[in-house]
Amino acid sequence: MADVIAARSLTKVFPGKKGQPDTCALSGVTLAARAGEMTALIGPDGAGKTTFMRLVCGLMDRTAGELSVCGLDVFRTPQDVQDLLSYMPQKFGLYEDLTVAENLTLYADLHGVPAAVREERFTRLLHMTGLAAFTGRLAGNLSGGMKQKLGLACTLVRSPRLLLLDEPTVGVDPLSRRELWEILTQLVREEHLSVLVSTAYMEEAARCDRVYVLHCGQLLMGGTPEALRTAAAGLCYEVQAPPHLPLRLLQSALLTAPGVLDAVPAGGVVRFLTRRAPEELAPLRALGLQARPAEPRLEDGFMKLLKEAEAEGAAPPAEVETAAQGAAETLPLPPPASAAPALIEVEDLVKKFGAFTAVAHTSFSVHRGEVFGLLGPNGAGKTTTFRMLCGLLPATSGKLRVAGVDLRTARTQARANIGYVAQKFSLYANLTVYENLRFFGGAYGLYGRQLRERIAAVAEEFHLTDRMDEAAERLPGGYKQRLSMAAALIHAPGILFLDEPTSGIDPLARRTFWQEITRLAAGGTTIVITTHFMEEAEYCDRFMIQDHGKMLVLGSPAEIRARLGREGAPMDEVFIAIVEQARREKEGT
Amino acid sequence: MGGFSRRLAALTKKETKELLRDNSSLLMGVVLPLVLILIIGCGMSLDVKDVPTAVVLEDHAPTARDAVSFVRGSDYFAPVYVNSFQEAEAMLRAHEVDAILAVPPDFSRRLLAGDAHLQLILNGVESTSAMSAQGYVEAGVRAFAAEFAARRGASAGGVSIVSRIWFNDANTSTWFYVPGILMLVLTISGVFLTAVVMAREWERGTFESLFVTPMRVLELILAKTIPYFVIALLGMLLCLVVGRYLYELPMRAPLAAILGVSMLYLVTALSIGLVISALTKSQYLACHISLMVSFLPAVILSGFLFDLHAEPLAIRVVSRLLPTTYYLDALKSLLLAGGSPIVVAQDTAALMAFTLLFLALAFAMTRKKVDA
Repeated sequence: MADVIAARSLTKVFPGKKGQPDTCALSGVTLAARAGEMTALIGPDGAGKTTFMRLVCGLMDRTAGELSVCGLDVFRTPQDVQDLLSYMPQKFGLYEDLTVAENLTLYADLHGVPAAVREERFTRLLHMTGLAAFTGRLAGNLSGGMKQKLGLACTLVRSPRLLLLDEPTVGVDPLSRRELWEILTQLVREEHLSVLVSTAYMEEAARCDRVYVLHCGQLLMGGTPEALRTAAAGLCYEVQAPPHLPLRLLQSALLTAPGVLDAVPAGGVVRFLTRRAPEELAPLRALGLQARPAEPRLEDGFMKLLKEAEAEGAAPPAEVETAAQGAAETLPLPPPASAAPALIEVEDLVKKFGAFTAVAHTSFSVHRGEVFGLLGPNGAGKTTTFRMLCGLLPATSGKLRVAGVDLRTARTQARANIGYVAQKFSLYANLTVYENLRFFGGAYGLYGRQLRERIAAVAEEFHLTDRMDEAAERLPGGYKQRLSMAAALIHAPGILFLDEPTSGIDPLARRTFWQEITRLAAGGTTIVITTHFMEEAEYCDRFMIQDHGKMLVLGSPAEIRARLGREGAPMDEVFIAIVEQARREKEGT
Repeated sequence: MGGFSRRLAALTKKETKELLRDNSSLLMGVVLPLVLILIIGCGMSLDVKDVPTAVVLEDHAPTARDAVSFVRGSDYFAPVYVNSFQEAEAMLRAHEVDAILAVPPDFSRRLLAGDAHLQLILNGVESTSAMSAQGYVEAGVRAFAAEFAARRGASAGGVSIVSRIWFNDANTSTWFYVPGILMLVLTISGVFLTAVVMAREWERGTFESLFVTPMRVLELILAKTIPYFVIALLGMLLCLVVGRYLYELPMRAPLAAILGVSMLYLVTALSIGLVISALTKSQYLACHISLMVSFLPAVILSGFLFDLHAEPLAIRVVSRLLPTTYYLDALKSLLLAGGSPIVVAQDTAALMAFTLLFLALAFAMTRKKVDA
């Protein structure tokens, strides 16, 4: 079969802005995608996936190397290539002031789809995407998942020679994600499309014929998903945590143990990768736990490649070393969190925006030292709930007490007990680390010796001591997030709120982040966190899933699995089961 | 060329729909001009009427009284007759009057000798009113002097200067401003709207999808300009109608010439907007650059507010570098003076040169790339 994309020693360097070094987004990448196949690009953020896609589309000029698409030189004849392919960028640009039908028509006109074919094609696409009932709705009023499906439909108004999808499912809930992939696989089968897709989800890469792993602009490996998966063969183990020991504590201890490549809570157990015999690992010996070998998954092969690449020094140094070490070595068995006093009490909480109910009759409580997760698809109401808890948004009705203070009457007082990390980096970019910390300390009313001591303490805690005089904007991503957390904790609050802290962060940085959370929780800080990565529910003591403003389920991961009778199932499946059940019930009544 | 016209039609249709659904563009293109013309037309008149003036008659001769009789029955003055200069001075200090017109005791005697003086004292705080009042007084006194000379059968050597304000016979400053407002409307709609709509597509990420289609840059640029051309022209026509019927603005040249020059300037403005949008991908920045390079110079440097002849050389040079100046010059000539062919031809040539320059720049700078 012919290659639909052939890249030879492709290099792309972005010149640095004044004072900054150049960034090499791709260096000497050689890869091929075959016609009629699905090819996946995977890799952490900053690996160069989007740059590669844009080069293929002719949206960028190369620095060096060659790239041919469908046998044409992209750099010589970009328009000819663009006439042949369809591209769905990460943020698909739908025209929000146009309706679903108008968006489709625009792209059909641009691609010159004949009127005769159009009718039949639109009907089919609308049916597949489930948008048939919404053709007259403005694209701006669609939910996140529907927008994504409409974006896909717009790229498929005609059958392209090559379809490029840049992280098509990022931020989309598992249910919509599954539907999107069903559409995609059906089209590939029926129309023999060639597809290049970049993704952060390993189970999506596993559906492709070929997988290329990019890391810091370099190609680490290319091959079948099976080849990548088996790269971790014989290294995978899983271990059951003793009762009352949160999975995250065991996972965190394993992750820092020497010789362990990766550890992650999954399906009620902790999975880990090691080249050593599991009996030799200190955390397991200390607890007398027996690990059993496990089948490798694609993610295991991927993590192994990344960890080894980083160990070779091909990448910035790992930030893993010190975090969570203290808490992990001794592995204290904390008392069950539910025995601690309730720190956040929510009763019958309602929030309405005009006629629209964003949050409907929600009740829950969070105990001291607990890690509590708010999960749900985009638009489920989790951000609204979250903002009410932080006192950023007044509730329409219901009771809301944080640290014993009624948020409806004493918002300022409650805030003194709260640390808040916003989704976007919201510190002052051109102040130094020290200046940011001093400012936030001052804003919380700290001064003099107390302020100096707190700055020193949080800088130490989050390993920022060496970087105190650097401007915040110059910090690498992981440091930025630690600085955000340090600033939120400067006044030593009892509760830390984190809004989607892991969105847009690669798996490696996410592991590090959860180690910090684990350490904070072990130290007695109560954590409330929102996320759209369902598997992160495994790190929580308890979590709640919202959809359309309603609370669908609340409990510990184990409880919820047991309730559904799906022991050991991945969280995505649990989520899909819950949402589908709720929708069935809604239709039933 | 089937592809070209089909894609152009699709893009223009899309642009028009967005324009109609997003009220802010309509507000800026049609409502803002109307508000501007009504506010400026009614409220911003530089005419001076009924200036309270203290008239001090220290000479009681009839000729002396005649000399200042022009203040009576004039729209420009509201005279108050007082007996002593001290009294008048007190009134000026108390802001009861803005001017003192004093006839000294020896006025009629010296008039016969051809050496008479009148004293005019003005409140310089209101400098614009003061200047106008001064002009009126001078004109009035000259008229008296001429008449006086004629009555006495003076010799042919007597020179009388009669100043008139041309092309604005009624001396209504509204007439002076309406062409300026037409210019502002075209500048705002042309530059702002185009600069902002391109930046909006960058911000919303729609260009990345749009670029990877068979669409060509020419189609994109045309589709972006056509709807805004129509909107801006609509706003301009509305202002013209309001100017004509509300302020009785004269239109001394054929309508076709007025519209022709306006459309040409509109294309200039649109191409400036396109250049700005190629420079920046942020709506905020696009707005500010538009403000700096189009709106502010249009108000301050084009001769709209300040008469360019009174400006220092450096400012006059700068104003000659702005397309707005040429358009305003041509428009004033067309509307108020019936259009001197030479003036209009020169201005048109200058506008065409600017248009070609900016269009060429816009084309050179707009590329279907995301890393530029």
